[in-house]
Amino acid sequence: MEIWQKLLETLSTENGFWNPLIWLVAVVIAYLIIYILRGYGKKECKEKTEQTKAFLSGNPEYEKEKMHIKGSNIYWGFTESLKWVYDLLEKMHTENVSDFILWFVIVMGIIFLLVGVI
Amino acid sequence: MSIEQLIQDIVTHSPALIIAIPLLGAFLTPLISRINDKIRNIFVILTVGLTGFIAFLLSYDVLINGNIHSYVFGGGRSVIALPSGSSFAIRILFEVDGLNAFMIIIGAILAFVGVIYSYSFMKGNTGLDKYYTLILLMIAGMFGMMLTGDMFNFFVFLEITSISSCALIAFWTNKGKSIEAGFKYIVISTIGALFVLFAIALLYGKYNALNMAVLANSIDIVNNGFIDKTALVLLISGLAMKAGIVPMHMWLPDAYGRAPSSVTIILIGTTQASLYALFRVCFTLYGSQLTQTLKYIRFNLGGSTVIFDIRLNGVFALIIIVLAILTIVVGVLMALKQNNLKRMIAFAAIAEIGYMFLAVGAWVWVIGSEHGMVALKGGIFHIINDALDIGLLFLVAGAIYYVTKETSLNKMGGLARNMKYTTIFFVIGLLAVSGMPPMNGFASKLLIYESIYHVNPILSIIAILCSILLLAIFVKVFHSAFLGPKIPKFDKVKEAPISMLIAMGMIACLIIFFGLFPNFIVENIVEPAANAIIDNSSYISHIIGGA
Repeated sequence: MEIWQKLLETLSTENGFWNPLIWLVAVVIAYLIIYILRGYGKKECKEKTEQTKAFLSGNPEYEKEKMHIKGSNIYWGFTESLKWVYDLLEKMHTENVSDFILWFVIVMGIIFLLVGVI
Repeated sequence: MSIEQLIQDIVTHSPALIIAIPLLGAFLTPLISRINDKIRNIFVILTVGLTGFIAFLLSYDVLINGNIHSYVFGGGRSVIALPSGSSFAIRILFEVDGLNAFMIIIGAILAFVGVIYSYSFMKGNTGLDKYYTLILLMIAGMFGMMLTGDMFNFFVFLEITSISSCALIAFWTNKGKSIEAGFKYIVISTIGALFVLFAIALLYGKYNALNMAVLANSIDIVNNGFIDKTALVLLISGLAMKAGIVPMHMWLPDAYGRAPSSVTIILIGTTQASLYALFRVCFTLYGSQLTQTLKYIRFNLGGSTVIFDIRLNGVFALIIIVLAILTIVVGVLMALKQNNLKRMIAFAAIAEIGYMFLAVGAWVWVIGSEHGMVALKGGIFHIINDALDIGLLFLVAGAIYYVTKETSLNKMGGLARNMKYTTIFFVIGLLAVSGMPPMNGFASKLLIYESIYHVNPILSIIAILCSILLLAIFVKVFHSAFLGPKIPKFDKVKEAPISMLIAMGMIACLIIFFGLFPNFIVENIVEPAANAIIDNSSYISHIIGGA
């Protein structure tokens, strides 16, 4: 009994608290509310009819195998808009071990300056 | 002899046994290999299991009973009396406080899971006698780094770990990239270790001591502190590179990405051992110097003189926070761009190291305050969470590679249909690493976000945004690898073998347990480690005065 009490204790974060079990109860209640609201929805929707097919503005639907979005296409817009950052990062990641050491020397030099050895 | 007495004896000698058992096992493995491969694999699992069991016994005694253990190697308890009237034990000495005990728990979990996973994952490879010998050597080295109380001994274990890790990273010698990664790793490790050795030599030259507690008691950066400050910079730089802090992280994606997944999970432990050493140096060796003034800077403003008091903790905090933010941002942005699954997880691992570093930086900045303590707890809690979460994701990546022989996300898809358990484990890892409730990552990140907000709200915002990006990164993996239509070439793909599922399941269970009962973990495991960081006087006084 004592061990259960200890396990169920709430984590205090100084300004707040976190108890996953309270969170789980809240999530269950939220899902119940969603389920009840769903019951008020329209009943006319029928599965496996035109109603549930994807609308592609009149374009033909590809075969399923061809419709899978590849990893490199996901977040293309994000990486494209941050191209200047990625250009910088790629210049930094040269994969050359001599450059790895150069970065080490630079960081060490900066820490030497900050700690006041130099 | 009663069982209690036996356990007590084991606990007394545990610091030595935790190193000796895997070391002995390493040298026995090639011999047992000659009998039978299966017996060798079981022998290695039992050896690591026994080591882990002893590590847990020791950790229990330190964390729950609050004992600090010291263990003297070299026969007898030789003590040297100092002119000041105090004394200290000579020869190699291991000292285990809350921080060491916390770290060996991580090491034990990762090592045990790693060898169980290896059972099936490495099946069919040649040279497995060498593989298991190196694995056991790496485990012995990792535990040595986590347990030793002697600076030179630390360097020796650092070298043992580096050499065995290098050989294991390059284990798949038929792949050129693995050999390249191994080469990069050994160059970086050797240079890092060289600077650590240089720093140790400087401290030895000045204080004629190698024991960490003795050095911590002697170091004085204010009076004639040139050598101490130089040694500090060399130690921080060398260990930060081994811990994978940006911009010295570039070896890590290669090493983590090219090593077999069963090796990668133990490599996480060795990287964290370097992080532990960094904390030990900053907060135990130089702990009593943290609030010392490095320099006064005077300005004349409108006739009145303004004096800035530059203290070591301020400089430390500045260095740590800047490096931490760089580590998080660069790690996350680079992970988002990757299409190689293991490299992507490796960059995410770099970002996660940044979170730990950020929390510790916040503690150093507001040293002594309540927020600082919350930050420190969050940072330390995140060390174990990161090991579990990133470890699980690497194991999932290994399982995918095992069944598909693919690492590129562009060539994957629809695997959830054939790999149901692996998919569930991936989702658990995904939620945990991106700090989603109710997983363990959320609890530690919540502590970090809240406490660093008091240092600077912008830091908190950056940390939260990067965590959201981490979620986006692993949603990309989930979509690319597991969802979508069935890909014809993966029609015959089957679920990963049972030993790999057991290994992944063990970590997933721990993630859920840590997530559901965070306060239990924080109170019993994290807090003693945090107290060990804050109070270096207990560590010192346990040795000074005769051990």
